[in-house]
Amino acid sequence: MRRRIISRLDVKMQHLIKGMRLEGWRKVGDPEEKALRYYDQGVDELIYMDVVASLYERNNLADIVERVASQVFIPITVGGGISSLAAVKELLAVGADKVAINTAATKNPELITDIAGTYGAQATVLSIEAKSLPGGGWEAMTDNGRNHTGLDVVEWAIEGEARGAGEIFVTSVDQDGTGLGMDLALIDAVTNAVKLPVIACGGVSKTAHVTDTFQKVDRLSAIAMARALHYDQVTLPDLRVACADAGIDVRDIDSERAALVAEVAS
Amino acid sequence: MSKIVVIDYGIGNVFSVCNALRKIGEDPLLTNKSAEIAAADRIILPGVGAFGKAVDALKSQGFDEVLKRYKETGRPFMGICVGMQMAMSHGTEFGDHDGLGYVDGVVARIPSVTDDEKIIPVPHISWGRLVATQGGEAKWNASPLGGFQSGAVSAYFVHSYHCVPEDKSTILAETEYGGHRLTAAIGHENFIGLQFHPERSGEIGQRVLKRFMDL
Repeated sequence: MRRRIISRLDVKMQHLIKGMRLEGWRKVGDPEEKALRYYDQGVDELIYMDVVASLYERNNLADIVERVASQVFIPITVGGGISSLAAVKELLAVGADKVAINTAATKNPELITDIAGTYGAQATVLSIEAKSLPGGGWEAMTDNGRNHTGLDVVEWAIEGEARGAGEIFVTSVDQDGTGLGMDLALIDAVTNAVKLPVIACGGVSKTAHVTDTFQKVDRLSAIAMARALHYDQVTLPDLRVACADAGIDVRDIDSERAALVAEVAS
Repeated sequence: MSKIVVIDYGIGNVFSVCNALRKIGEDPLLTNKSAEIAAADRIILPGVGAFGKAVDALKSQGFDEVLKRYKETGRPFMGICVGMQMAMSHGTEFGDHDGLGYVDGVVARIPSVTDDEKIIPVPHISWGRLVATQGGEAKWNASPLGGFQSGAVSAYFVHSYHCVPEDKSTILAETEYGGHRLTAAIGHENFIGLQFHPERSGEIGQRVLKRFMDL
């Protein structure tokens, strides 16, 4: 199965930021400039998250998405503070391909069904912030890992699938921004509990974290990274080489670009 | 400049399709007006979501008749994703629905297991390699995919259903997923259907659109 490598871009107002365990956010650059750079380097998708959106109960990324979507021709997912069909409509109309919902879905799971029914399952991503519990398992959190829902992550993923989500995006709150590697037990549990594609996020700081996770979780569709790419701990060209060496099937942008050049020449 | 019309029937990522066309230097006209569709040199029918809902949206606005008349002119006609699937005679997503019937066949759910019973995630979301069918190389070369070697490039797919035409020679390209071959593109008469999203497939997708403009 061909896997996807995704850049996650956390945004506060007009700034690209990055925190640790979804806290302590720092500015790390421009959300548009980084997107163009990752696109040029062959990233497969982008995920924009409005980090402060839930506080204001609305997503503020429409302007950024509109500018990026006219320059970057890969799928774009937008999340953060989306709580109504009107908000989804606004984001899809400016070029988002999918929306990721978390807080609003935990309060009103019908929203998943409503979005999927109106805009299609392919546009409906259930985002889950997973925090490990002392007694084992994980709890679904909201508002960047601050608020509890009491929901078991694996059961919530299964419910999200039953309610019509087309994809599950799971972030480990414990590993996020630490660079200590991904939570394999979490990713394995979620991926094998559903029949949907799963995107895993949190903890990558070297290529081996990505290759290990893909190798250990056969059915995992995609890995999203933030800090690792923003700080050049992992570069996309290096990651493709490491994946190829490990026998993991990812898009080979260099040979595809060569095919494009050959086509122009012929 | 040739007139490229993108059909606006309320379903589909028209913003991205128009953006990609502008990127390759075209000036797309996004419209829901029958007269403008009839006068087009080329049209693109986008589509996302469920087959039945998209077909209903088309038919309830009378677009099926407008598109049929356009199709009969022989001018180039591209369908993307559900816009491709609707060209089939029949769809089964959320109940049975008749399609536009340009190509005989059905739209079937992607198999959810491999031959050895392992689960395959559905929807299929990935950058799948575009591969010509056996014996279909000449057709591939004459199409907007022509110029690329079979298997040399990939494009972005997101779908739970795919087209299964009765006449396999209408299949222009396939992509492998979980050991199954899914229909990636169909070419029949003046209709070309793409299951992948050229507007979201980077430079590869733009080249396919460019070649469609050059037909």
